[in-house]
Amino acid sequence: MDFLSNTVVLSRLQFALTAIFHMLWPVLSTGMAIYLVVIEGLWLKTKNRDYYLHARFWAKLYVLNFGIGVASGLPMEFQFGTNWAPFSEAVGDFFGSILGFEGAMAFMLEAGFLGIMMFGWDRVPPLMHWFATIMVAFGANLSTFWILTANSWLQTPTGGDFIEGKFIVKDYFEAILNPFMLNSFLHMFFATLETSLFVIGGISAWYILNRRHSEFFGRSLKVVLAVAIIVTPLQIFVGHLSAEQVYEYQPAKLAAMEAQWETLPAGTSPAWSLMALPNDRANQNDWEIKVPGALSYILELKPTLTEPVKGLKEWEPEDRPHMVGLIYYSFRIMSGIGIFLAGLMGFSVWRWLRGKLSAETIAEQKLMLWGWLLAAPLGYVAVECGWIVRCVGRQPWTVYGELRTADMATPLPAPEVLASLITFAGIYSLLLFGALYFGSRIIRKGPNLDLPLPQWGKGDFSEPMQHQPDQRPVETQQ
Amino acid sequence: MEALEHFLPQVWFVILGLFLFLYVTLDGFDLGVGILSLTSSDEESRSLLMTSLGNVWDANETWLVLVGGTLFGAFPLAYATVLHALYIPVSVMVGGLILRAIAFEFRENSIRSKRIWNFAFGAGSFLAALGQGFAVGTVFEGIAVDAAGHFVGGMWDWLSWKSCLVALTLIQGYVLIGSTYLVMKTTGALQKTHYQTAKLAAATTFLGAVFITVSTPVFYQQIGDRIFDPPLFYFFVAIPLLGTLFVGLLLRSLYQEKERTPLVWTVLIFLLSFLGLGLIIFPYIIPPEITIYQAAASPSALVFMIIFIGFLIPIMLFYNIYNYVVFRGKITQVHEGD
Ligand code: HDD
Ligand code: HEM
Ligand code: HEM
Repeated sequence: MDFLSNTVVLSRLQFALTAIFHMLWPVLSTGMAIYLVVIEGLWLKTKNRDYYLHARFWAKLYVLNFGIGVASGLPMEFQFGTNWAPFSEAVGDFFGSILGFEGAMAFMLEAGFLGIMMFGWDRVPPLMHWFATIMVAFGANLSTFWILTANSWLQTPTGGDFIEGKFIVKDYFEAILNPFMLNSFLHMFFATLETSLFVIGGISAWYILNRRHSEFFGRSLKVVLAVAIIVTPLQIFVGHLSAEQVYEYQPAKLAAMEAQWETLPAGTSPAWSLMALPNDRANQNDWEIKVPGALSYILELKPTLTEPVKGLKEWEPEDRPHMVGLIYYSFRIMSGIGIFLAGLMGFSVWRWLRGKLSAETIAEQKLMLWGWLLAAPLGYVAVECGWIVRCVGRQPWTVYGELRTADMATPLPAPEVLASLITFAGIYSLLLFGALYFGSRIIRKGPNLDLPLPQWGKGDFSEPMQHQPDQRPVETQQ
Repeated sequence: MEALEHFLPQVWFVILGLFLFLYVTLDGFDLGVGILSLTSSDEESRSLLMTSLGNVWDANETWLVLVGGTLFGAFPLAYATVLHALYIPVSVMVGGLILRAIAFEFRENSIRSKRIWNFAFGAGSFLAALGQGFAVGTVFEGIAVDAAGHFVGGMWDWLSWKSCLVALTLIQGYVLIGSTYLVMKTTGALQKTHYQTAKLAAATTFLGAVFITVSTPVFYQQIGDRIFDPPLFYFFVAIPLLGTLFVGLLLRSLYQEKERTPLVWTVLIFLLSFLGLGLIIFPYIIPPEITIYQAAASPSALVFMIIFIGFLIPIMLFYNIYNYVVFRGKITQVHEGD
């Protein structure tokens, strides 16, 4: 247990814990926001009350999720300074400015309009309300953009030089448009969208399976399905591009993702590893199941490799990632989920085309509905696995090829970090438990189908309103 | 170039000051209301307090995120060293803010456990204010650094009677601004109560401020030396005088049972204390050694951030104000979710 007295390890654990936990919430905050924009737009366009009720129902889950996203994001903002002070000093010029932009452009926009989106139904005209919803969604996705810019720069630092260990920016646009940025942002964007779609779809499927409001939730299921048909295959394609950029810029990470210890020369047609037991100490896989000849197709879509694939043994142990098994399986789980979700889409579309998803028959599609229910948590798993591949695979570097993680931790007394780590673990358990408990309560209670339409323009506010469910402050104007 | 290297960090010092001021004032009344909710005995008024913040606490807290982000970008060394030195107070603050945030969300959906989340709301607000108070107190008092500006002090450096005093005063200040906010937003018995708490808090905040002001030149060598140079001297004389005047006007408006002016005077008092603190600290950002010029990011980074963040400041202010306008008026009644 000597890692308990190692500040670097403890700070890494704390970062991993807080990042993994934080990541659970932005997924819906960004993805579901887009769905809310769409559904509210549909309401404004068709004037069909069901869409309005959908907007109100999902917004309840949304705001619960959002609050925990904000709460768990706060420690992230300060953690770079508290636990990674040398890192902050070294890269503040660029990395810090990007976090600043994120705050000013994205977080403020989300937070500034969330109040109106949640409680302003009766206080602003419908179009203004829709505008607020759009701003929340836009802000959330802008924050994805900026944080992925920052993280991609850690993976492929460009646009300046490290002078005496400090990064000085020469060209901001080059640094922002670093090689990983665009594709990683797209992959993350689709990840949040895809996960949210399957959460919404899965919950809808649950209601339909339980024969509660089948028609109502059949509607959300179809909206989700129409978008997911496009998103799921695209995500596989974008993920593939991610793998290619890793192959090009971070060969050691790719070797870890494939648990490849020996270099594979160009011109060969090597097997692709399907399952393995990587052994970090012995520098080999203790056992392995392989698909012959597949690797070159996966990487280059060609029968033989045109460039060699470097094996982990090419690097000194201190220059390459460890925990190969974790990276290897995280990658496989993520890709597997991507393929499964696309397959589920294909199956559902087939049922739809056969006319089986009408209001009367949809509840009979047991297999499909169970598939959707099962798919609801899978997006989260894929997201976490993706980040593990990305961040653990980047080790031993914090800034790839430039700054080592081991030198970047604040020299704090280990017990201090241990204490904060334990506190975070405790608070987060409470948060997770509460979110699941209250989230499932909202779901079990179901939508309020008697909710009146927004009261904007109908009478003035001088009388306190009598019945306003789902409304926190009911205020009168002076 | 020379002039630019001086000018840019000063601009960022002012922008950071603005963000911090907005945070302290806006989230200040949130936290103040939270602390006040600890003393309120009945369930109804407590939920009224919480609902008065439902639509604003998140946006208000975001100013703190902005302070963090811009400090990181504009003064990386200060971000690194100060947060290193303040590990424990900052963790306490963050923990408190987490508790407060989840209290809002969980309470909304709970039936039996409302009391727990009420308490989490109050306790979270208190812890956040406490952590912030110690942080301000420590920065004010000075942080031990080596020649490169890295923290060399110990884990408990932040704990001293002086920082305790600052922390207590800040908490009182938050209670004051929270009370005046509630005076504006409520009616009846609840409003009466908060006229009382406002008076009390005004008195204690004033005492704390006087004590801090008087002890500063005595204990703080560097400031003691500078304080008597004109034109700074006039400021240092003017600020306490004006402050005393404002406290008097605040108390008068409270006795006259005005509804909005107490909040206005309180904000002005906050602004004045802020100017005072800023003048004392300037040009240092990690007192007593490191100046803003030493801690600043490269000029190109500062220019870049001014372009990207500067033009957003009026926009951010605009939609935040719009939010307050949409939800203006008194809170009369509370409804739980359907
Ligand atoms: C998917 C994109 C994404 C990723 C990878 C991250 N975040 Fe996040 N973050 C968001 C997307 C987001 C969000 C969707 O914008 C949140 C979630 C809920 C919310 O209110 O905003 C948020 C909230 C949030 C907040 C609170 C903002 C507020 O008060 O409104 C902070 C300070 C951070 N995050 C900081 C971070 C840091 C430092 C990260 C990296 C280590 C990080 N986030 C990863
Ligand atoms: C996009 C924003 C992110 C940034 C800027 C970022 C940056 C960092 C930094 C600075 C560290 C600590 C230093 C290091 O160990 O190299 C780290 C470690 C880590 N991060 Fe990320 N990260 C981000 C998002 C995430 C997310 C969302 C997750 C998980 C879901 C994650 C998982 C991890 C893990 C597991 C570690 C520990 C790795 C190890 O020490 O082995 N990161 N990251
Ligand atoms: C067959 C499908 C997929 C492939 C080939 C794939 C490939 C990759 C690769 C190679 C990375 C690492 C990028 C790096 O280290 O720079 C990655 C990261 C990631 N993946 Fe996937 N992925 C797939 C499906 C998915 C799915 C379905 C999701 C979630 C719904 C997902 C979410 C993520 C996330 C959140 C990251 C980290 C952030 C980022 O790089 O954008 N992936 N993926």
